[in-house]
Amino acid sequence: MNVVEASGLGKRYGATWALRECTLAVPAGHVTALVGPNGAGKSTLLNLAVGLTAPTAGTVTVLGGRLPGSPAALDRIAFVAQDTPLYKTLSVADMLHLTRNLTWRFDLAYAHARLAGLGIPLKRKAGKLSGGQQAQVGLTLALARRPSLLVLDEPVAMLDPIARHDFMATVLAAASADGVSVLLASHVLTELERVASYLILLARGQVRLADAVDDLLATHHQASLEELALTYLRETPAEVTK
Amino acid sequence: MTALTVPDAHANDASPRPVPWRRMAWVTWRQHRFALGGVAALLGALALYLWMAGLQVHHAYATATACHPASSYACQNQVINFNTAYGPTTYTIATLLHVVPALIGAFVGAPVLARELETGTFRYAWTLGVGRPRWTLAKLMPLAIIVAAATALFSPVFFWYYQPFFADGSTIPLDPRLFDLHGVAFAAWTLAAFAIGALMGLLIRRVVPAIAATLAAVAGLLFVARLYLQQHYIAPLIAKNPFNPPVSAWIINGWWTKDGTTISQSTMNQIMNTMFRQIMPAILPKNVNDNDVKFYKGAANSRVLNYLTHHGYTQWTSYQPGSRFWPFQWIEGGWLLALSVLLIAATVWLVGRRAT
Repeated sequence: MNVVEASGLGKRYGATWALRECTLAVPAGHVTALVGPNGAGKSTLLNLAVGLTAPTAGTVTVLGGRLPGSPAALDRIAFVAQDTPLYKTLSVADMLHLTRNLTWRFDLAYAHARLAGLGIPLKRKAGKLSGGQQAQVGLTLALARRPSLLVLDEPVAMLDPIARHDFMATVLAAASADGVSVLLASHVLTELERVASYLILLARGQVRLADAVDDLLATHHQASLEELALTYLRETPAEVTK
Repeated sequence: MTALTVPDAHANDASPRPVPWRRMAWVTWRQHRFALGGVAALLGALALYLWMAGLQVHHAYATATACHPASSYACQNQVINFNTAYGPTTYTIATLLHVVPALIGAFVGAPVLARELETGTFRYAWTLGVGRPRWTLAKLMPLAIIVAAATALFSPVFFWYYQPFFADGSTIPLDPRLFDLHGVAFAAWTLAAFAIGALMGLLIRRVVPAIAATLAAVAGLLFVARLYLQQHYIAPLIAKNPFNPPVSAWIINGWWTKDGTTISQSTMNQIMNTMFRQIMPAILPKNVNDNDVKFYKGAANSRVLNYLTHHGYTQWTSYQPGSRFWPFQWIEGGWLLALSVLLIAATVWLVGRRAT
């Protein structure tokens, strides 16, 4: 099963194409890193995959042929948007209750146990938590929905190194122990090194690379994901002009 | 910290059942209870004020009408004094109450979607299992019903407050300056204002501009309805002289004709003023006190009218009889309800389609 499958996918805002001619198939069971500079189209691709926006051209399906945004897709995909938008005036407990009431499945016991483990008080207002705690609450809410696919948009961009490490450890645990497929957009390459097993490289709205990390490193003779990504991103302008 | 595991993600791949409305109602209540509390506080405070001020007005009116014999000059004067003492204040209150539906629409309706879009939380809410159309309906419907019901309960308080002025004939329920504050119209305007607010919030995507736009849109619609629509709900009746409109009638327009042609208002004023200046000195006795001058002016005016009627002039009046109050209320309530349903349906549809 492919968790995301796109064919000729494109999205235009006004006169600018945020994403063009995107064709890819991300197999299940991977932590997929979506890498690219700012404005490369990462958020656009994620928004298309979770059904927040509709394609201008081409098609995209998720979790084996489901239409993004359809009840069957919404039920199995958990999305943590950039900067983890929580309802700032609600307490953490109310955020849990809200999510439970707006989803068909929600593992409250899991969420309580995880927040207790992190030492995040349930009575605190979401807006009063630190950035790292907000990110952890967002991730907890997402995982407690028992998703088949977890989609994260720049989840660690605002976090300090320790919070980043903790966050990624949780994501990795969910992926390896529970078989959750993860699609993660980021420009913090070092953090992805440890967790990503599949890579999609985006630049200027187009897919440059999309394959399993091990295969990519072998074929391109690069020692690390970071070097591979940097090499490709530097080559991009030349490719565009040719 | 990472020892906790997520239960099997592939346990149930069947298409999920829709999330029940009852559970979504909790979310709506939790997120909008302060706005609803504000509505309750506003309407409660206004009702309390109307009740206390109304007791005074009713007491004063009861005293004035207890006077016997009612037709005597002294008693008539008491009613007039009552009117000058309390009329202006009650009228000011009525004018101010017109902003209530707009305020509710702006401060309850506009933020519902605008706040989600402004803070980015829509990305969270719209990717949960409930789905966008159901989420939007679960928010808008209960809030719409609650604000409409709250204002429907408020309307009778206003009607009771104004009762003495309807009773003494100084105003009528059909009066456009009061028409939308009682009956079903007040609740219908609140409902429409809420629906306008919700749509503005979705289109403008920012709370404060959406509030401002809602206030402006509701004010504009109210203005149009009062000045241009209400008088045409049912074709006005037209009466020919001699016509003494019933006290409960709402006079729309008056004009004169002679030999089948309409005479312009300015020409008519000229004719009547000239005649008035001829007749008035002839009937005014010497040493008359100021109070009685009013009476003689009235007499002179009726002589002018009498003269004109007997010399080929015809006075026409178009009016709405007071008995049309409820039909008018249902017409206004009906189109506002239809508008609200249409706007809410459009909002739900647009949320479903909205690309981000």
